[in-house]
Amino acid sequence: MANTYILIEAKTLTTTTASITFSSIPGTYTDLLLKISSRNNDIYNEIHFRFNGNTGSNYSGRNVKGTGSAVSSASSTSLSSMQDVTVQSKSDQTASTFGNIELYIPNYTSSNYKSMSSDSVQENNATAVETMLGAGLWAQTSAITSIEAFPSVGSFVQHSTFYLYGISNS
Amino acid sequence: MSTYTPIASQTLGSAAASVTFSSIPQGYTDLIIVCDAIASAAANYELTFNSDTGANYSRTGLQGNGSTASSLRTTNANFIRCDQGGNLETTFGNPLLVSIMNYSNTTTYKTILSRSGGGSSAGGTGAVVGLWRNTTAITSLNFACSGATFSSGSTFSLYGITAA
Repeated sequence: MANTYILIEAKTLTTTTASITFSSIPGTYTDLLLKISSRNNDIYNEIHFRFNGNTGSNYSGRNVKGTGSAVSSASSTSLSSMQDVTVQSKSDQTASTFGNIELYIPNYTSSNYKSMSSDSVQENNATAVETMLGAGLWAQTSAITSIEAFPSVGSFVQHSTFYLYGISNS
Repeated sequence: MSTYTPIASQTLGSAAASVTFSSIPQGYTDLIIVCDAIASAAANYELTFNSDTGANYSRTGLQGNGSTASSLRTTNANFIRCDQGGNLETTFGNPLLVSIMNYSNTTTYKTILSRSGGGSSAGGTGAVVGLWRNTTAITSLNFACSGATFSSGSTFSLYGITAA
């Protein structure tokens, strides 16, 4: 039986870290799947992403989210990192709670612009929580060879984990 | 043991109005479909099973278009529209992830979950739960592009997941 769901690299933080990067991503898979369990040491819950170190105004994102009492949708365009796509737990939430994030990137080696989807949640048995469905775009045709993730403000705390998987369709 | 097995994949060499996976093996528990298609014009992913185009489908969706969140429902439809929030992009791929649970059982109607999203100003993001009111095992499935075509280079991959 073919093994098509391969762990490329895992990162578990042993100290507070401002950003993490998966570099030298092999181009041998069909899709990429990034799974994150993380918490910010600041009061902001958003994670930003960059690909191939690109800081041009090539990123856009949009989402729909629920807080337990309201739903809303937001978007951003032409930014230097992909935003408005995921949420994680943050410093003013119940201790030891971490957000869960999945970012699915199809055809990451194609010569088209890279569009992707995400699911993310933060839950802490209290108010001020969010669950989010996101969509992102990196308007570049290069194959993705590196992924950087970082909080909008603050740093990922110790014990945050990041797993990058490759998925092959043959 | 791997439980995420590729069954078939299609990369379009030319534009096509629809894509079909037929003779789907029955040895898995669930199916996963990953689509990354470009549309020739404003259109949607429309899913049908076993060539059934009767009014046997329904769906409920949650969507956001970048400024407004909403939910909608369609009943007694001839297909399941799997994407939400807007029409498909025409200049780059539209990710769509579809999960089909217990596709081979012959006692219950078939349900699906789908996630879609386009990150540009034209697209939206959302989730859909869909139902096919038929107890037949799913042996084929078809994605139509609702009056337009999927462009060359569009990809469709079918995986099987085994519970044990």
